[in-house]
Amino acid sequence: MKSRTSAERRNLTQQIGFLFLRVVAIIAVLPIIAILIYIVYKGAPAISWEFISGFPSDGMRSGGIWPAIVGTFFLTMGCALIVTPIGIGAAIYLAEYAPDNRWTQSIRIAIINLAGIPSVVYGLFGLGLFVIFLNLGISIIAGAFTLAIMTLPVIITTTEEALRAVPQSFRVVSISLGATQWQTVRRIVLPQALPGTITGVILGLERAAGETAPILFTAAVFFLPGLPSSALDPTMALPYHLYVISTQVPGMSSEIQYGTALVLLIFVLGMNLLATVIRSRARARRQW
Amino acid sequence: MSTISPRETLDRAIKELLDEVLIQGSMVENALKESVDALINRDVDRAKIIYDGDRQINKKHFEIEERVITLIATQQPMARDLRLLTAILEVTTELERMGDYAKGIARITVRLGQEPLLEPVSEIPPMAEVCVDLLDRALHAFVDKDAEAARAIPKEDDKVDSFYNRIYRELMTHMIADPSTIDQANHLLWVAHNLERVADRVTNVCERIVFVVTGELLEMDRTDDEWFADEPW
Amino acid sequence: MTTKNKIITEHLVLQYSDGTESLKDISLDIPINAISVIFGPAGGGKSTYLRVFNRLNDLAKVTKISGKVHLYSDSGGYLDILDPKIDVTALRRRVGMVFARPVVLPMSVRQNLTYGLEIAGERKKSHLNQAVERSLKQAALWEEVKDRLEDPAADLSGGQQQRLCIARSLALEPEVILLDEPTSGLDPISTGKVEASLQELKKSYTIVLVPHSVQQAARTSDYAAFFLQGELIEYAPGKNIFTNPVDQRTADYIEGRFG
Repeated sequence: MKSRTSAERRNLTQQIGFLFLRVVAIIAVLPIIAILIYIVYKGAPAISWEFISGFPSDGMRSGGIWPAIVGTFFLTMGCALIVTPIGIGAAIYLAEYAPDNRWTQSIRIAIINLAGIPSVVYGLFGLGLFVIFLNLGISIIAGAFTLAIMTLPVIITTTEEALRAVPQSFRVVSISLGATQWQTVRRIVLPQALPGTITGVILGLERAAGETAPILFTAAVFFLPGLPSSALDPTMALPYHLYVISTQVPGMSSEIQYGTALVLLIFVLGMNLLATVIRSRARARRQW
Repeated sequence: MSTISPRETLDRAIKELLDEVLIQGSMVENALKESVDALINRDVDRAKIIYDGDRQINKKHFEIEERVITLIATQQPMARDLRLLTAILEVTTELERMGDYAKGIARITVRLGQEPLLEPVSEIPPMAEVCVDLLDRALHAFVDKDAEAARAIPKEDDKVDSFYNRIYRELMTHMIADPSTIDQANHLLWVAHNLERVADRVTNVCERIVFVVTGELLEMDRTDDEWFADEPW
Repeated sequence: MTTKNKIITEHLVLQYSDGTESLKDISLDIPINAISVIFGPAGGGKSTYLRVFNRLNDLAKVTKISGKVHLYSDSGGYLDILDPKIDVTALRRRVGMVFARPVVLPMSVRQNLTYGLEIAGERKKSHLNQAVERSLKQAALWEEVKDRLEDPAADLSGGQQQRLCIARSLALEPEVILLDEPTSGLDPISTGKVEASLQELKKSYTIVLVPHSVQQAARTSDYAAFFLQGELIEYAPGKNIFTNPVDQRTADYIEGRFG
């Protein structure tokens, strides 16, 4: 006869609860695994040295995607060069210097709102400001600026969080030893916040690398005979390239489509991995 | 209880200690009264009992001392509490000495045996009564932390001194007139001396009371007669 | 016998924007080369008062501060600590502070000690090394860490870390050392070591200490000030105040009847 004590019943409830949570967790991970498997499966056959380093031919139906890879790289780098100093600088201001008043409040609200703007709107804005008004034309630089504005809120937020995570007691001690606020930030706060900041920057750039809409009107073109020679040139880019060959080119082999997607995925996941490694190494070496 | 004092343990222990001091005090008062009684009534057996009883007074003294030391170690008393506890140490020591004086009187009673006593011995019971009264009032002033009473009591020391002076002169007269009385006269003088020392120690207790209340250690003025009341040089 | 005074406070009034821990009309003389203890129940203004001496209260929202706080130097002249125009970073090198929890900077032992000197502009390796050794010896820590100078300071034990914080202040050769409940997180042995080093240090420095217990105040104070709700109630040599306090409130607090 099974007579359950209340302790046994509670234990059983707990086991069921954990089982349920485990199942849910697995379900949550399934889509990512599914995507990975699917794309690797369908795209791997296309991957070869020629594919990665060669130029497209036959209206993109064959050949390689080297210019797109280079273009994405340039755009990401450009974005990084622009957004990193501005974003980190703004974060330092907000975390360490900004007084607690209405003005600062509105800045924060503005940043939050900035984060919510759809990426296609950024593209349109970039078109209006950089391409047309500033007359930069469709170019890497216009694209980099547009991507930078899009990435800015993320960088500011994560950097500010990393700065705030540094214990206040360090700042107080530093000040009590005769340091100015800037010396404190430069010598203690910023170095301690660096791992978190770098992680944030990489994750932000990761998004910039993979977005199509912002570069749609500002930098990307479908075909260039050669590589871009200056920042004022337009460029091919992986996300845009993937969009076009998947929708605009008749008779496209699905192999090349998935191969391009795979390359983009590797690019992005590679950055993710880099960020994770930096974060875990920093955590292990942290002295607080 | 609705509110508990953060020094509950210490306060209770101090209260118990003060009760113990009063107990030791009444043991000493009894010993003084009884020893003088036994002397007057030639009651050698009673004198022997009083003599042995001093052991109880000493035992009480050690108990009180031990309690105080333990309290200091475990309760870390400060300021007023500390002064009170160190004063208790002093007072219990003074009481123990006074007990020794009673014991001394009892020993003399035994030594004198059934000898008929010289006349001045009649002064001794009233002298003892005054001393015991001063002691009793001092001990109560101590427990009540009454600094005013403590300052007043030593002023009555001169009553004790005049008793001693009278006894001294009368016994001197006897000794000069009849040298065979020297032995007994000496013993009786010693009894009076012991009682006079009890009064002195009461003054010490009063100084301690003032210290507990004000934090100042003052020597209280003895009266001028003191100069003549001391041991014959 | 008159003792020279290191810091003189006259009618100091201080208020925070949220009304907490204000100081109401404090007048107090801190004697040179002695341990002055500021004790009293929590919220009494002790830490606030300490932080006036090195202007650390600048970091908090102070709505009102008035009165005089003067820091005297050997030449006889003084610095008006409350003057907004003075160089606070220079002040903080003359008046060092040790906090309740040992806060070591996330660097090596050596770097912790040289930090203050480096931000002041000291570059010479020899000077820095000398400062490291001198301050560690003064804090009675040299023997224990002399072979571990490059290790992260966070690797030291709690008691060692706190003595490192003391050494860190000493490296700047201050005139006054402020200690705010420095041993509250330490075991009794470490506490004893810190108290013993204070007795040595007072020969060369002026020490102002907020103790974490009345017993520590009694053990360490040459002079003691009782603070209650932002007011100075009583100030006297230590041996007087702990055997025979004048004010009833001081006596009650010392005996442990409140607070």
